[in-house]
Amino acid sequence: MSRTLARMAVWRVAFAVPLLFAVTAGMFALAKASPFDPIRQYLGDRAQTTSPEVTARIRENWGLDRPLIEQYLDWLGSLLRGDLGESRSLHRPVTDVIGERLGWSLLVVGGAIVVMLIVSLAVGLPAAWRRDSWLDRFITGTAYANEAAPVFWTGLIAIWIFAVQLRWLPSGGLTDAAATTVRPGDVLRHMILPVAVLAFSQSSWLLLFVRESLINTLREDFVTGARARGLRERTVLVRHALRSALLPFITLLGARIPELVTGAILVETIFSWPGVAGTSVQAALAADFPLLAALTLLATLAVVVGNLLADAAYVIADPRVRVLGVS
Amino acid sequence: MTQTFDSGTRPGGPGRSGRSGGLFRRDSAFRRAPGRRRGSPRLAVGTLIVLGLAVLVVPVVARLDQQLVDLGAASLPPRPAHPFGTDEMGRDVLLRAVYGLRVSLLVGLVAALVSVTIGTLVGLVSGALGGIADRFIMRVVDGVNSIPHLLLGIFIVAMIKPSVGAVIVSVALTHWTTTARIIRSEVLALRSRPFIDAAISGGSSRLRIVRRHFLPHLAPHVALAAVLMMPHAIWHETALSFLGLGLPPHLASLGNMINDGARSLLAGNWWASIFPGLFILLPTLAISALTQYWRDRTSPRWRSELQL
Repeated sequence: MSRTLARMAVWRVAFAVPLLFAVTAGMFALAKASPFDPIRQYLGDRAQTTSPEVTARIRENWGLDRPLIEQYLDWLGSLLRGDLGESRSLHRPVTDVIGERLGWSLLVVGGAIVVMLIVSLAVGLPAAWRRDSWLDRFITGTAYANEAAPVFWTGLIAIWIFAVQLRWLPSGGLTDAAATTVRPGDVLRHMILPVAVLAFSQSSWLLLFVRESLINTLREDFVTGARARGLRERTVLVRHALRSALLPFITLLGARIPELVTGAILVETIFSWPGVAGTSVQAALAADFPLLAALTLLATLAVVVGNLLADAAYVIADPRVRVLGVS
Repeated sequence: MTQTFDSGTRPGGPGRSGRSGGLFRRDSAFRRAPGRRRGSPRLAVGTLIVLGLAVLVVPVVARLDQQLVDLGAASLPPRPAHPFGTDEMGRDVLLRAVYGLRVSLLVGLVAALVSVTIGTLVGLVSGALGGIADRFIMRVVDGVNSIPHLLLGIFIVAMIKPSVGAVIVSVALTHWTTTARIIRSEVLALRSRPFIDAAISGGSSRLRIVRRHFLPHLAPHVALAAVLMMPHAIWHETALSFLGLGLPPHLASLGNMINDGARSLLAGNWWASIFPGLFILLPTLAISALTQYWRDRTSPRWRSELQL
């Protein structure tokens, strides 16, 4: 097993390294083709009053007058050394910004993954078991509609219902506006809506998948066998059918990270949650290349790592893969 | 068949008995194959026709004066004169939503066409060349897929300044990969067909095979890919506009309207943002129901790819 795992990891890394280089090159090319002048951005309003000599000196200092390939290698070198540059809109080092906000994003996304797993299992199971009943129709119908509804729209509906009408939960932010310190209870209360909306929007594909997979598994011989042995229906469902229906699920979860990032961007923006995903929107609005580039790289890295983890989990969970190897 | 057998052999089994069980259930399971329950696309076609007519006819009948502001009628809840209410500037939400749908459909259509064209070309080249070129191209496709679409789209828009063109470029550059994969696999399947062998033995050049044999066979797949791409493109456009990175704010687009409406949501004005969202939801649902129907009838193999 460890050999299969090692081979797979090497294989994935061998793909990830050129990929990350290609992403940096692509982003750099786009930034250079963009009509935004980084110096004007840096200076902001002062650009009108700064003398051309000063501008020229900054340009020289930043190395903007050198050949493109040299600039790219320079940037790449500092990235590799861990220096992500300075955010042009927040006027702070990018590493600080990410370090401060990454945790909040992971908190929401992690919470959403847990909720989404529990909910889609709890709802997908009865839907598959009572297939074609009114309950199943209701569940799958809602899931299809939810799949078509944009998350920023469902998020607004959630705000309207729970924050405006019922006044149960705050409509956004990390803490109460009046709070001076970050208290866990306060954060938890502010976290409920973003986590629930993200989990809800992401759970419909999972739910439909659980349902479909379970329906197919329920037709297999070993399920009939378990029933023939007189096992309780709950044992058959949970211990026998669900277990093998869930195998492909691990890989799918890993493959869903891009969608989770997309969802996080929108949800963090709607709820003014101070995470990295929402920051990418602020960075984009300000055309803040260093910050946006770092966040894009971070997301790409997350996708690659997610795929690797999913594959590894699959090897550990499914003995068949261990024997036959990963294709 | 297995389903009938399954429920037939356990009469009164736990959970299966009771009010919803019995003969009717078994009968309906026998008639329906799994996953094909939404048999008639009538509702979906009707929705699309109504929306299409609205988008085509309404602009002729009622002109939208973009700048018309009537603060006396600001934030009115839905009523007969304004079925969807008015926004915080006193503009009719229904009329603006129809115009917004028009803009979103137009941008979505152009973006979908561009991205499907790119995807078809890439898939065709990849599948027709084969070998190392094919492997390299598919690695590039994997690579583009590794960057979350919306983030890449945001990056592209941010670097070329938010505008209609930037949104189209952004959607096209992020969405071509699914089409490329599908077209490539179709080409690979086509390549092993005898008539291609015959054409090669007959001395046809690569270009001729692509033109005479591949393209006509691929045409329906390309068309389906374009239709399926539409909801994605609309979603992407509205998401970018919602974030303030899409179409210019003065333009009535669905994303802009939801974004504007979100600001007055906390004041209790839900109609200005919730109703325009319905106009994203409805065409998306209708198109996905239609394509599912079509796909089930024509190529069941497709079920896993390009799902919404």
